[in-house]
Amino acid sequence: MSAGENGMLNVRLRVWRQDGPGDAGRFETYDVGGISPDASFLEMLDVLNERLTLEGREPITFESDCREGICGTCGLMINGRAHGPQKGTATCQLHMREFSDGDLITVEPWRAGSFEVIRDLAVDRTALDRIIAAGGYISVNTGAAPDANLVPVPKEAAECAFDAAACIGCGACVAACPNSAAQLFTAAKVQHLNLLPQGQPERWARTEAMVETMERFFGSCTNHGECEEACPKEISIDFIAWTNRDYVRAKLRNRKPTGRR
Amino acid sequence: MGKKWVMALTGIALIGFVLVHMVGNLHLYEGAWETHEYAETLRDLGTKVIPRTWVLWALRAGLAAAFALHLHSAYSLTRMSRAADRRYAGGRDYIAANYASRTMRWTGPLVGLFVVYHLADLTWGHFNPDYVRGDPYHNVVASLSNLPVAIWYIVANVALAVHIYHGAWSIFQSLGVSSPRWNPLRRRLAGTFAAAVLVGNLSFPILVQAGVIDDGGRSVVRERLEQADRTGEALAPPEGAP
Repeated sequence: MSAGENGMLNVRLRVWRQDGPGDAGRFETYDVGGISPDASFLEMLDVLNERLTLEGREPITFESDCREGICGTCGLMINGRAHGPQKGTATCQLHMREFSDGDLITVEPWRAGSFEVIRDLAVDRTALDRIIAAGGYISVNTGAAPDANLVPVPKEAAECAFDAAACIGCGACVAACPNSAAQLFTAAKVQHLNLLPQGQPERWARTEAMVETMERFFGSCTNHGECEEACPKEISIDFIAWTNRDYVRAKLRNRKPTGRR
Repeated sequence: MGKKWVMALTGIALIGFVLVHMVGNLHLYEGAWETHEYAETLRDLGTKVIPRTWVLWALRAGLAAAFALHLHSAYSLTRMSRAADRRYAGGRDYIAANYASRTMRWTGPLVGLFVVYHLADLTWGHFNPDYVRGDPYHNVVASLSNLPVAIWYIVANVALAVHIYHGAWSIFQSLGVSSPRWNPLRRRLAGTFAAAVLVGNLSFPILVQAGVIDDGGRSVVRERLEQADRTGEALAPPEGAP
């Protein structure tokens, strides 16, 4: 980074503006001055929106919630990279110190056929929820909470499942994928339950249902590995490999025996 | 994901063939008669059990089926991705995707076209006025001594190697062959395999052009077979056969 006057940054933003799902959309350019290098990318956008509002112009619509990298609400394509230039970081945790004074920064929404632009930088990620709804759950008995440690979980399985469960569902994997495939998201959600004892009863039904729901909305994986690089939680594409294996095992197991309907 | 399995399993069959084909072609270094005998050996496979050439035809049928299924999966998966994808108006960066992975949809059709040409050239003899059935050595020399043809073979084989470099790695991923212990080997294995196939296959057009593989325009096999017909002698490799 190299800062300008007073250690503050002046950048030029090229931001995608789109009035609604049907609108063609276009880039608009804004000069944003006097930004602290310690500001996050979203805080920089807040500053810009404040100014736009004071000028009586429409502020830029973008999504955010926790702003500490754990909710998965934010997500922008910054200079052609999902969540910007810093690896393993969501947009909210990306700081302006990653940029230099005078930089031109292009900001676009996630692009995928199933991610319709709602307005400006906000997209509809309902398709990811459809995948979860297809099988991203376990069934438990109601009543009193079970005793702690009643179900032993091997340490390795617990840690591996936790790596998958780190997925915050932001959609960066889809955004970064040249095929708009949602394999990494789906694999993380499938494997975080498939790896645990609690996930076993529904394992095969879950795998088949979630993968096939995914294929209704998204493209097909060609093993580029872009998703792994874009993922703010650095989830490994090994989970995709395991899901590929589980899917075929599920197809074999889920065949209905003769006489059943 | 079922189609990814079809891609991977047919991919294994196809790269298996590519390797065997390349290794078999090394008989060109032994000479014309040995290459002819290798070709005859392929026709003789399984002769003691079932009629001659049946095993070869079964292998060919399996290969054609694998090729067709590979193409069909590639076509439908590409359509699926095209339908799902939207371009970035401001351009995008690639971090992990490499040249090989991004050109699969170009190198694939290129190799497909080459296979059709290659069959027409050296199996059916359409493009080769001097084609001699049963003398692959002579036919290879006749085709590859033509510079444009040699360049086309080189380009197609580079495309094949690039395709295999990504494909061979992809097979592991698509079939779910993944374990922390062996994963670093997967890329290296794919690279070594692609390089071996590339070096072997490129050596043929290059060495024909360099005049190392050459029969001076004579078909040694035809001459020997005609001579054997005249004299009724049993065929054995001649002394100092080329």
